[in-house]
Amino acid sequence: MITTASSTWDWSAVADFMPHFWDGVLVTLQALVLGSLISFSLGLVWAIAFRAPTRFVRWPVGIVTEFIRNTPLLVQLFFLYFVLPEWGIQFSALTTGIVAIGLHYSTYTAQVYRAGIEAVPAGQWEAARALSLPYRRTWTAVILPQAIRRVIPALGNYVIAMLKDTPLLAGIGVLELLQRSRLEAAQTFQYTEALTVVGVAFIVIAYPSSLLLRALERRLVR
Amino acid sequence: MTAGLWEHWVLPGIWITIQLTVYSAALATVVAFGVGMARTHRLKTVRFLAGFYTEVFRGTSALILMFWIFFVLPQLAGWSLVPMWAAVLALGLSYGAYGAEVVRGALNAVAPAQREAGVALSFTPWQRMRLILLPQAVPEMIPPFSNLLVELLKGTALVSLLGIGDVSFAAYLVRLATQESAQIYAITLVIYFVIAFLLTRGMRALERKTKAGIGRRPDPGTGIMRKLSIRRTTETAPVPTSAGGGGA
Repeated sequence: MITTASSTWDWSAVADFMPHFWDGVLVTLQALVLGSLISFSLGLVWAIAFRAPTRFVRWPVGIVTEFIRNTPLLVQLFFLYFVLPEWGIQFSALTTGIVAIGLHYSTYTAQVYRAGIEAVPAGQWEAARALSLPYRRTWTAVILPQAIRRVIPALGNYVIAMLKDTPLLAGIGVLELLQRSRLEAAQTFQYTEALTVVGVAFIVIAYPSSLLLRALERRLVR
Repeated sequence: MTAGLWEHWVLPGIWITIQLTVYSAALATVVAFGVGMARTHRLKTVRFLAGFYTEVFRGTSALILMFWIFFVLPQLAGWSLVPMWAAVLALGLSYGAYGAEVVRGALNAVAPAQREAGVALSFTPWQRMRLILLPQAVPEMIPPFSNLLVELLKGTALVSLLGIGDVSFAAYLVRLATQESAQIYAITLVIYFVIAFLLTRGMRALERKTKAGIGRRPDPGTGIMRKLSIRRTTETAPVPTSAGGGGA
C-alpha cells in the first residue's frame, strides 16, 4: 500500500477533484445557512420559554434542551434519519441533516440568548411593567432589541461551530464536502489530495470568519 | 433487544467510549496546558507558534482531522496508527486547542499584581507560573473545562464513522440486527446523557476541591434547573469570542 508514488502530492488529482469540491461547498453552505436559521429562531423560542411565567413550561423546556445539548449530534442525526421514516415522516438526507444541526445548535443559541436577556438591566423589565406593556410587547419592543444586539458575535461563533459540524452529514450520505472527498478517494485511491483540500478549505473559511466576528464584537458589545 | 446484543455490542461499546474519552481528555489536557502557557510566553516566536496551532486545530473540523490522520497520514508518513489511537490523537489535538484558549484566558485573568509580586521576589518565570499563576488560574479553568469534557464525550461518537466499536457503532449494529431504530437510538442517547452527567458531577467536585485550596468556594449557580443543568453557565453577557462550541 505504501509506495513512493502514493506518498507524493499530485496536483492533477487536486484539479480533478475541484469540480466536485465546488458542488460540495454549495451543499455545505446550504446546510449551514438553513441550519443557522433554524437554530437562531428555535433558540430564541427556547430562551423565551426559559423565562415563561409557569414552571410547567420552564421545566420541560429546560430538560429537553439539556438533553439535546449533552448528547452527540451524530447519534441525533442517525436517530432522526432512521426513526422519522418509521413514524411516517419522509425527509431527504439533506433535510434531515439540516433539521438535526438546527435543533442541536438551537440549544446552544438558547443559552446565548439567555445570557443576553439576563444582561438587560432589571429596570427595563420594571419600566415595561410600570407602563403596563403587554407580555408580548415587553419582549418585542423592550427586551429583545437590547438583548440580541449584544449576542450577535456569540451567535456567529456558533455558526462557525456549525460549519465545522457539517461534515457529520456525510454519515447519512449527504453529498457535502467530506462525502465528496471520500467518493473521490474511493474512485481514484488517492486519499491525500481530496481530504487535505477539504481540511484546508475549512480552515480558510473558519479563520477569517472568526477574525471578522472579533471585529464585530468590538463594535457591537460596548 | 436481546441480552446477547447488550453483552456483546452495547456494553463493550460503552467501555470503548469511556476509554476514548479518558485518553483523549488526558492528551487534550497536556496539549491545552502546554499550548496555553506557551501563549503567555515572553518570546514572540513561541507565542506565534502556539497561536498558529490553536487557530489551525480550532479552524478545522474534528471529523475531517480524524479522517486525515486515519487515511492520509499513513500515506505521507509511511506508518499508521491503530484506529483507536488515531481517534485519540485527533480528538486530543483538536479539543486541546480549545482547552488552550481556556488556559490562556484563565492565566490572563489572574490579577497583574500577583505576577508583579513574583517578579519583585525575583522568582524565575517557571516558579511564577508554578507557584503563583497556576494555583489561582486552575480553579477558574474547571467550569469551561467541564463543558469541553462533555463536548469531547460527544466528539467520541465520531469514531463510529471510522468503524471503531464505540457505543454509537454498537447502536448501528443493533439497529441492523433488530430492524428497530427508535429503541436503540433512544437508549444510546440516554447512555451519553448519563455519562455526561457523571462527568460534570466529577468536575464539580474537583472545582470545590481546588477552590478550597485557595480559600474560595464555587459559585452556587443560578436558575431553576440548578440541580439538573449539566453545563455551567460560562456564557455571560458580553459573550467572549473564545466560547465557541467544540463541535460534534
